[in-house]
Amino acid sequence: MKNAQRALALAMAAALAVAGGSALAQEPKRGGTANVVIQPEPPGLIVGLWQNAPTQMVAGNIFEGLLKYDHELNPLPNLATEWEVNDDGTVYTFHLKDNVLWHDGEKMTAEDVVFSVTEMLMETHPRLRVSMEHVETVEALDDYTVRFTLKQPFGPFLGIFEVGSMPILPKHIYEGTDYHNNPANDHPVGTGPFKFVEWERGSYIHLTRFEDYHVEGLPYLDDVYWHVIPDGASRAVAYENGDVDVLPGGSVENFDVPRLAELPNTCVTGKGWEYFSPIAWMWLNNREGPLADKRVRQAVLHSIDREFAKDVIWNGLGNVPTGPVSSVVRFYESDVPRYDYDPERAQELLDEAGYNGEEIRMLPLPYGETWQRWAEAVRQNMQEAGFNITMEATDVGGWNQRLGDWDFDMAFTYLYQYGDPALGVTRNYISSNIEKGSQWNNVEGYVNERVDELAEQGAVAFPDEKRQEIYSEMQEIIVEDVPIAWLLELEFPTIYRCDLKDLITTAIGVNDGFHDAWLDR
Amino acid sequence: MGRLSYIGRRLIKGLFVLLAIVVLNFFLIRAAPGDPAQVMAGEAGAADEIFIEQLRERFGLDRPVHEQLFIYVKGIVTLDLGWSYRQNQSVSSLILNRLPATLLLTGTAFCIALLFGILMGALAAARVGKWTDTLITALALVFYATPLFWIALMAILLFSVYLGWLPGFGMVSVGAGYTGLAYVGDILVHLLLPAVTLGLFYMAVYARMTRASMLEVMEMDYVKTAKAKGVAPSRITRRHVLRNALLPVITLAGIQAGQMIGGAVLTETVFAWPGIGRLMFDALLQRDYNLLLGIFFVSSAMVVLFNLITDLVYTFVDPRIEVS
Repeated sequence: MKNAQRALALAMAAALAVAGGSALAQEPKRGGTANVVIQPEPPGLIVGLWQNAPTQMVAGNIFEGLLKYDHELNPLPNLATEWEVNDDGTVYTFHLKDNVLWHDGEKMTAEDVVFSVTEMLMETHPRLRVSMEHVETVEALDDYTVRFTLKQPFGPFLGIFEVGSMPILPKHIYEGTDYHNNPANDHPVGTGPFKFVEWERGSYIHLTRFEDYHVEGLPYLDDVYWHVIPDGASRAVAYENGDVDVLPGGSVENFDVPRLAELPNTCVTGKGWEYFSPIAWMWLNNREGPLADKRVRQAVLHSIDREFAKDVIWNGLGNVPTGPVSSVVRFYESDVPRYDYDPERAQELLDEAGYNGEEIRMLPLPYGETWQRWAEAVRQNMQEAGFNITMEATDVGGWNQRLGDWDFDMAFTYLYQYGDPALGVTRNYISSNIEKGSQWNNVEGYVNERVDELAEQGAVAFPDEKRQEIYSEMQEIIVEDVPIAWLLELEFPTIYRCDLKDLITTAIGVNDGFHDAWLDR
Repeated sequence: MGRLSYIGRRLIKGLFVLLAIVVLNFFLIRAAPGDPAQVMAGEAGAADEIFIEQLRERFGLDRPVHEQLFIYVKGIVTLDLGWSYRQNQSVSSLILNRLPATLLLTGTAFCIALLFGILMGALAAARVGKWTDTLITALALVFYATPLFWIALMAILLFSVYLGWLPGFGMVSVGAGYTGLAYVGDILVHLLLPAVTLGLFYMAVYARMTRASMLEVMEMDYVKTAKAKGVAPSRITRRHVLRNALLPVITLAGIQAGQMIGGAVLTETVFAWPGIGRLMFDALLQRDYNLLLGIFFVSSAMVVLFNLITDLVYTFVDPRIEVS
């Protein structure tokens, strides 16, 4: 295993060296075609209608947001060149580029932004709907100026303008239509560096350079093809054969990564996930059974060797979390109680709680062999500490239903935290989010009035120091209660040809990766 | 008229069979946990009540089940297989788009399997007890017993990765821009590995059945009479043995031909071949009810049709059998 980690580390070091070298000296070359795998095949390419990962991965090159973000989550200009925020954080004014064209030649203006945000996305984008509850009005002050007026300060507001969270869509195509049945859905029209050519269902999606892109000289590549390859082993073979150049994070099983990393001209990076800040955990059903007792839940964390999972199952990538907020997310608090791997302490807690070996059902995440193995490792850990665990198999549809119906004791999952507690953390801990039917809300049934208060205050507090104070207290409480068994802050490795430069330059990685990418061939 | 009347009656019976299959599968699919709205909400990364309700309304899941069934059966009668909300296309267009790829793959595999299976079985029977027979029998056993997906992966490793002779996935060289004969040739090159892989299993079955059947027929009196009359062995094999020995092979081939339409899931998945087998598997995971039902309908229709064709072929091959 150490050899595997070494290979992976070398490949990642090579990636960093290449990236550094690229940034320093080389002039990008124009031309060439990049080939990427995509799985599963997206249901559609209109990122306003579909928010799943495969859609975002392709559509992030067709559509754009007002802003993008670097690896430290600092906002960068995109469709907006600059922006101002008033002193109390309630008015955001964005100045748009005046040379942006849609792929059909129409000009993009502030009206497109207002339409997208106040009409279409309010109907189709559940995550944005939640953020927009803080917004009073959105106005086009002129053709290239948009003003968002908030009801009160909303701390993470500048973090919601990413293309997957707030894509800007063409008003002249969608206004007044049935969004889901609009014929343009089959031929997406965006402002991005690549425009749609064709989609051979079951085979590939083809995008080509948009010659009138608003950034002169970009993109460098001529074409990008996304290949639909349903089997993980086949995707690995496609890369080995040279048929594809990029394996986005999660394309291949983790145990294939060290082997692929050793191939010639191969780089590996864990970067490009900062905006999503994925974290894996087990839902613990707080409502009933042994896990309704806090001591049993604390014992769960003490019983699991999370460093083992990181080192062995995830090839050393990621970090063991300390609580509900990932270390890469804003307002992370490190000074919280720790739950180190301590099976003896777990057994003490189980005895205190009076646990008598009642069966606890575990639901693995049905996303492939990596997750299956992880579940088996965790079950083994927990059984050694005295738990009686039964693993129950299901497919994706069954997993969704059981989570939505709260029919589980423990269930694996991973979520995105979107860089800010108000965007992607508190939704899993506030009691108002306890509702059947969703896999993304307070699925575990955790209720704590003080946490509810702090979550509400933290979103609208101003300035950031106040938010930090609030979220630090919130994290201390949640860590003490252990409503969820936090397992790993994830880094999905992206495997790519080293001569495909500048692929991962933003916090959403491959999703808009071909904006700056070029082939040194 | 007798034959036409027979065909007509069989087709009518077939329609009732299809209807029963549709109704049964309609309820069977819904018995699986999770529905399309839940699957899509699960993929969205965030879902509120409004979002899930919108999905259910779009998919027609907010209606009573009996109403959903009525709407679907009414559509089937007019060959409207419904809409795939997951893929935002009509089910008919999706199936028609993917069916040719499956027919090409399974048809080629079928021909390879039948041709080489019969040849190998005949050879084994002709050389019974000798090393040829032993080798063919052993190979047939190996190909029959070995999981198809494993054979597929090993074939890719050997012929695509190590030797570099053949492509490892897909139906065409994407972006190559081939046209005309070059395009056809490109497809054939991509077809070779998956078709042979899929054909190996069926080839083993046909080889074993042909061998067993031929050995049985060789013991028949008319064969012994032919030998006694001094007829050449090759003529005996061709005119008297093989033709009669193939009757059970034809039966089996007819049944399997219909099944192959929906049964190439593993091959299509490993080789990323864009057929309806893969489409069906994806539809199952995504709980795409309409698409699943549509594929079941088409597959069932193929089975009914091929069964009829098999029975008709029998009447030509075996003069003892009449259409009645």
